[in-house]
Amino acid sequence: MTVHDMKHAASDSARLEAVGGRLSRVDGPAKITGAAKYAFEQQLEGLTHAVLVGATIAAGKVTAIDARAAETAPGVLAVLTPYTIMELRGASDWLGNPPSQPTYAPLVREVTFSGQHVAAVVAETFEQAVAAAALVKVWYDETPAIVDLSDGKAGDGIPIDAMTKEWGDAEAAFAEAPVRICAAYNTPREFQAAMEPHGLIARWEGDELTIWEPSQWLDGMARTYAEWFSIPFENVRLVSPYIGGGFGSKALALAHSAVAAAAAKMLDRPVKLVLNRPQNFTSYGGRAATRQTVAIGAERDGKIQSIVHRGVNETAVDGMWVEPLGSVTSIMYATPNFSSKQNVVRVNTVVPGAKRAPGENPSAFGIECAIDELAHELGLDPLEIRLINYAERDPHARKAWSTRQLREAFAAGAEAFGWAKRSPAPRSMRDGHQFIGWGVAAGTYPVRRAHGEAVVKILADGSVVVESSSIDMGQGTYTILAQTAAETLGVPVENVTVKLGDSHFARAGVTGGSRLAGVMTGAVHKAAGQALDELIGLALSDPRSPFQKLQANTLVVRDGRIASPRGEGPDLSIGELMSAVGRDHIETKGDTLPASTTPEERYKNYTTVAMSIPHTEGDYSRYSWCAHFVEVRVDEDFGTVRVSRVVSALDSGRLYNPKLAESQWKGGIIMGIGQALLEEGIVDRRHGRIVNGNFADYMLPTNADIPDIQTISVGIPDPHSSALGGKGVGELAIVGIAPAIANAVFHATGKRVRDLPITLEKLI
Amino acid sequence: MRDFSYFRADNIEAARNAAALPGAMLLAGGTTLVDLAKCGVAEPATVIDISHIEGLNAIDASADRALIGALAKMSHVADNAEVKSFFPAVSEALWQAASAQLRNMATIGGNLMQRTRCPYFRDPANFPACNKREPGSGCSAIGGVTRGHAVLGVSEACIATYPGDLAVALVAFDAEVDLGERKLKVEDFFLAPGATAEQEHDIRPGEVITAIEIPGSAAARRSTYMKVRDRQSYEFAAASAAVGLELEGDGRTIRDIRVALGGVATKPWRARAVEDALKGKALDEATIREASELAMEGAVDHGANHYKIALAPRVIARAILKLGETA
Ligand SMILES: Cc1cc2nc3c(=O)[nH]c(=O)nc-3n(C[C@H](O)[C@H](O)[C@H](O)COP(=O)(O)OP(=O)(O)OC[C@H]3O[C@@H](n4cnc5c(N)ncnc54)[C@H](O)[C@@H]3O)c2cc1C
Ligand code: SF4
Repeated sequence: MTVHDMKHAASDSARLEAVGGRLSRVDGPAKITGAAKYAFEQQLEGLTHAVLVGATIAAGKVTAIDARAAETAPGVLAVLTPYTIMELRGASDWLGNPPSQPTYAPLVREVTFSGQHVAAVVAETFEQAVAAAALVKVWYDETPAIVDLSDGKAGDGIPIDAMTKEWGDAEAAFAEAPVRICAAYNTPREFQAAMEPHGLIARWEGDELTIWEPSQWLDGMARTYAEWFSIPFENVRLVSPYIGGGFGSKALALAHSAVAAAAAKMLDRPVKLVLNRPQNFTSYGGRAATRQTVAIGAERDGKIQSIVHRGVNETAVDGMWVEPLGSVTSIMYATPNFSSKQNVVRVNTVVPGAKRAPGENPSAFGIECAIDELAHELGLDPLEIRLINYAERDPHARKAWSTRQLREAFAAGAEAFGWAKRSPAPRSMRDGHQFIGWGVAAGTYPVRRAHGEAVVKILADGSVVVESSSIDMGQGTYTILAQTAAETLGVPVENVTVKLGDSHFARAGVTGGSRLAGVMTGAVHKAAGQALDELIGLALSDPRSPFQKLQANTLVVRDGRIASPRGEGPDLSIGELMSAVGRDHIETKGDTLPASTTPEERYKNYTTVAMSIPHTEGDYSRYSWCAHFVEVRVDEDFGTVRVSRVVSALDSGRLYNPKLAESQWKGGIIMGIGQALLEEGIVDRRHGRIVNGNFADYMLPTNADIPDIQTISVGIPDPHSSALGGKGVGELAIVGIAPAIANAVFHATGKRVRDLPITLEKLI
Repeated sequence: MRDFSYFRADNIEAARNAAALPGAMLLAGGTTLVDLAKCGVAEPATVIDISHIEGLNAIDASADRALIGALAKMSHVADNAEVKSFFPAVSEALWQAASAQLRNMATIGGNLMQRTRCPYFRDPANFPACNKREPGSGCSAIGGVTRGHAVLGVSEACIATYPGDLAVALVAFDAEVDLGERKLKVEDFFLAPGATAEQEHDIRPGEVITAIEIPGSAAARRSTYMKVRDRQSYEFAAASAAVGLELEGDGRTIRDIRVALGGVATKPWRARAVEDALKGKALDEATIREASELAMEGAVDHGANHYKIALAPRVIARAILKLGETA
């Protein structure tokens, strides 16, 4: 574990240690200098290397595998096939539902998507494994594949009744509305595209398994490994000190993880398996492709009477993924009549998964474009129509918002952007060969809550250690937990060391859905508070303490020194007190669970998502909110779209560290620009195979594509959302960027592009 | 591992001798070769490292000509003051190519020899059919994903786009490639696929590119490279044009014009029909736009690349108009 140099980080404003201070990332220097060791960079004695062989068909059966050439190739230790890999038990899913099959086969005989793992070669070196993997011959009996949602064989799919949301009589109200718009909006298959690929090192010692793997959820993945290999949960140790980007993709133990762990067991040697870049596009799911139709009926004054929404997302032949497409549609605007329904369609793909703001992101693309179309139809300003239909309370849950600073976001964003100077007609603003367009859209993300625990240790020298099995994938956990402990204990932030990413530390649930900061600041706050109480208790009551004769009721700790509130009597550093009372450390564990929670419930809480707390629990509906204002320039000849300005005003409640929050918001906005203009998994329809699965051909925005981005925080502390008043940060800002850009493109050109990404051929 | 032998050539003779061996491939900056080796496309028996040969990286440019050594780095050539003044299209083609990191590694010789980005060509494990890799095996691209494929110079055997930028500028200004025993026009050095998609260059075993030479001209001095793509940087051209312009003394009649296209053809494509239509004409937007359309004579699309037929003439026209504005 790298110990981060806090002094380096603590450089840019007063009171950095306070929650809310702009402390720079404490892990930054380690990452920039290369000192940070990522999970599968560990150097282990006797390490072997595994390389996967992927199916070259999208559907059918493996009829034979000839591994002889590979087996006799230099350095090869084993070739694993569906016929030779050890048997694994089925594992329960992330909700804790028991497995549908008693056994689990990470190398398959029945192929359901192109690239699915059918074999693996383990060799002494990586190069030997790569060379031998190319020698494995696989024969198939191919059957027709359903390549994507537009495949004629795909059909209408399976209705997901749990997604239905209805009130009033939406269809009738739509039919009667004096002004109506109805359009279809599509988003393609997109990928998380983290810089760090997926992969792991697995090592067995007897029946104890250690896994070094980038992970957004140590406890959940450890549970999966334990179930696969029928060993106690405690026997699995998952280590994930840093994560080079996850964006939703690194929360589950996957087929390749199982292959590596099984290979390590079978060979009794540690095995390293890292997916190559193309495999990162086929071994786990990106965002499912989606189709939505949004129909809005309104009065002539712009008041919405009805919204009718239908959505479809793709899922896998042998796995279910529901991308909740009505999530934003159902809460963004007040409407007396509403209907949203959703189907999923099985296609031959790896099971789609979570990518930043799953559900909310494509949902907002539909409704936030549709409302812009309605504004145009009515001759209203796109900002005005949003205010006319402002939802004063959650129209679906029928509860008050805990906090909703969206009106403030519209006002602050519009002011900073200069929205009032917008010329309303499309194609009315230009600069030389460039059409200029201004667009607006709103975004939202629910406040997902859960429970976590943390250990806080005060050591003999007065320094503080925080331990948690939660993780930092760049969002700033190391930093805000150091700030939380420093503030709660009253010590300088450079005296705090945060240790994360080891499943043997105090437990934490999944890092996803922007829940971690709220959960873990709460847990650290509690553990640190208990440690402080213990420290003060010792100082007041221990016979060896110089404070004992003071007869004070309490003491205060400030800047790492302990004294009476009014300053009379002794003034000691924490270290001096610890040595005076002869203690080498104080250790407390704090969690946010009710005291009555049973051990089984605790296990379930950390290893499944079944105990997440609904965002509409109790009297309130809890969401983060944002408003994006975007300027685009569209070349009149080339159809190329460049984003030239972004101003976003965001309500994430109280910010634990504004610098880190801004950086996450900007990351979300940048990802949204990529989604709007560039990203698309392109499938060869004959083979059902992604053909642009690499970073040269799967387009992500470069620095040159990103303008200056201004973010404005309009949040206020939300006591109903978290212990310290924060709401979600990480997922929020991507929501609404793509529609803001699409709306700006319409304003620039008069052309409505409803299929993402907005590439040049759609505009020329 | 896939074994190969490594040979470090200290001089050009040694490189030529080694390059004559079967299965030998030259290694310059390695940005194409290593990439293709990872994809399983390049499987050299011998890798001949020419990157240490001295005297092959010189850049000697003046108004009369530019002589650029094969081992000169893309970034150095792009940044060279004389190249910028006398051959701006060459500098612009280079700095808009690839990424800063790649340009710092990649050489001019290697740049001419870069291979197509056709995704089927680059994925032998999944797409065995590719005439460029395996003559006679067929073409996986036709009928597949063709958004980046060529519309000019295509054949039934292959529709792969020549992806490079620099060569487009070289073709526009009649540059030559020096192979030691032979010197060829860059335009003739590149071969359209015809029935022999595997032959991309007129280069023989044992030949090594030592330099390129670009004759100076008024058109080269007043030139530009315009590159259009979805992403602002680090992407190959959807369509590009290298254009040079020389006007008569009246400041509006076109005396000489050079037009070459990238991103739309199977080789760097000289658009002579456009040049011929504009020589002697006034520099006028409507005339330019109309003449630019002539570049697409004989264009054939395969579905998703249809947009290139509309796009390429606009790129030509805009490049000419841009030069017209910068009198
Ligand atoms: C992700 C990516 C994006 C790119 N984007 C662009 C782009 O936008 N525009 C663009 O133009 N290019 C682009 N490129 C291509 C890049 O410019 C080339 O890879 C580079 O110029 C090759 O030069 P090199 O010295 O690295 O060649 P190497 O990889 O060393 O060699 C390439 C080939 O040329 C041969 N060769 C090398 N030197 C000689 C010589 N002197 N004589 C004969 N044969 C020789 C080698 O045998 C080999 O076959 C991109 C490349 C990548 C990987
Ligand atoms: S277009 Fe050319 S390079 Fe691409 S698959 Fe066909 S033959 Fe091969």
